[in-house]
Amino acid sequence: MWETIVKSTPEIVGAGIKYSIPLALISFVIAMVIAVATALARTTEPKGSGVAKSCFKVLRWIISFYIWLFRSTPLLVQLFIVFFGLPSVGIQLDAFTAGIITFSLNTGAYCSESVRGAIISIPKSQWEAAYAIGMSYPQVLFRIIFPQAMRVAIPPLSNSFIGLVKDTSLASSITILEMFTVSQQIAAKNYEPMLMYCMVAVYYAVFCSILSIGQYYLEKYTSRYIVNGG
Amino acid sequence: MLKLEHVDKAYADHHALNDINLDFKEHETTVLLGPSGAGKSTLLRSLNLLEEPEKGIYKIGDHTIDFSKDISNKEKLQIRQLTGMVFQSWNLFPHLTILQNITEGPIHVLKQDKIAAQKDAMHLLELVGLVETKDRFPNQLSGGQQQRISICRALAMKPEYMLFDEPTSALDPEIEAQVLRVLLKLAKEKQSMIVVTHNLEFARRVADKIVFLENGQIEFEGTKDEFFNHPTERIQAFLTGMKL
Repeated sequence: MWETIVKSTPEIVGAGIKYSIPLALISFVIAMVIAVATALARTTEPKGSGVAKSCFKVLRWIISFYIWLFRSTPLLVQLFIVFFGLPSVGIQLDAFTAGIITFSLNTGAYCSESVRGAIISIPKSQWEAAYAIGMSYPQVLFRIIFPQAMRVAIPPLSNSFIGLVKDTSLASSITILEMFTVSQQIAAKNYEPMLMYCMVAVYYAVFCSILSIGQYYLEKYTSRYIVNGG
Repeated sequence: MLKLEHVDKAYADHHALNDINLDFKEHETTVLLGPSGAGKSTLLRSLNLLEEPEKGIYKIGDHTIDFSKDISNKEKLQIRQLTGMVFQSWNLFPHLTILQNITEGPIHVLKQDKIAAQKDAMHLLELVGLVETKDRFPNQLSGGQQQRISICRALAMKPEYMLFDEPTSALDPEIEAQVLRVLLKLAKEKQSMIVVTHNLEFARRVADKIVFLENGQIEFEGTKDEFFNHPTERIQAFLTGMKL
């Protein structure tokens, strides 16, 4: 058994480093960009002329539709549509790109709600106090609101990231040679599915535990100003 | 000089400001009095453009604003720098230290050098007697201390006018005195101030001018002597009510 473990570890971990981790990392970064942009669009009051307001309303409607769509359909189905479905309308994507797009859009939809919730949890008085000293909207956002909202958003965003790391195993269904695919292939060769699947489960657990530790320190850092009164 | 001409502001079912015409002279303390819902805070917030009336003209420094037209973001920011706002519940930034709270505006809005901004902030902390709190976070301070810091934050922007929106009404009477002492000091130094308050004793001591508002209209505008010693029937009723 030990010999099998030692022999297959480099292959499985290698697949993790080559595919699973980049897939999760790149997708999460893109998902965060989507989440922040869509959350801001949903929490900002439109100003200006009637046309601009109408365009903003349409944009919000599109965003709401996107979030509803990606939260209401299974991730596996989304992966199949992007990788196997889109070629029928002339859009051919390699497996890794299809994976990145699907994971980003899916996680972005969930994170958008987490970021929106965090932004609206900051009292209106904080916006007013920042505007009152002459700060511009981007300054208020990046210097006052986001640092406070981050503290609220980190637990749900960490959840989404950890979920995403585990969900990358679904990429095996669109031919990406990530950790789970490799463990399946080894199991098919050595006829030890129990051992192989337990091994890959342990590696996912290790990756996720590292992220949980990161979450702990990030939470501690962003909560440093929450101290007992003196 | 800060001047309002024919300013109107209405909410859905409530006329908050009704044809307001007022002058606020420099180096004077104007106290806005009136019953709750009279429009005092709306008036004050309009001066900092946190509220935007529908009609009227607002003049401050070289700026003239017509509220019936769109106000550019640039002009809004410039006017906000001229009017330092102190809120009822102080609204300090909880994630920043006391020193950072005070220097945030000068460094990032006025683009002042960090060292110079910190030096100025330390002078302000001395003024309010809170130098030792500079590295603490707001929630480590009492309400009175936080309010004094919020005064420093507004003063750090070197505004032409300081606007106080009921600065002591969320404080215990004992702590209220600490904040009032700072306001008295500023009045002595001839800082231009507009103060919304229910504290008649403060008005009696420092007001150069008193404006009494009711139902969004100016019921009285004059000196504290006229207000306290020769009150109209309505003001007498208000003063009696406040004493009860």
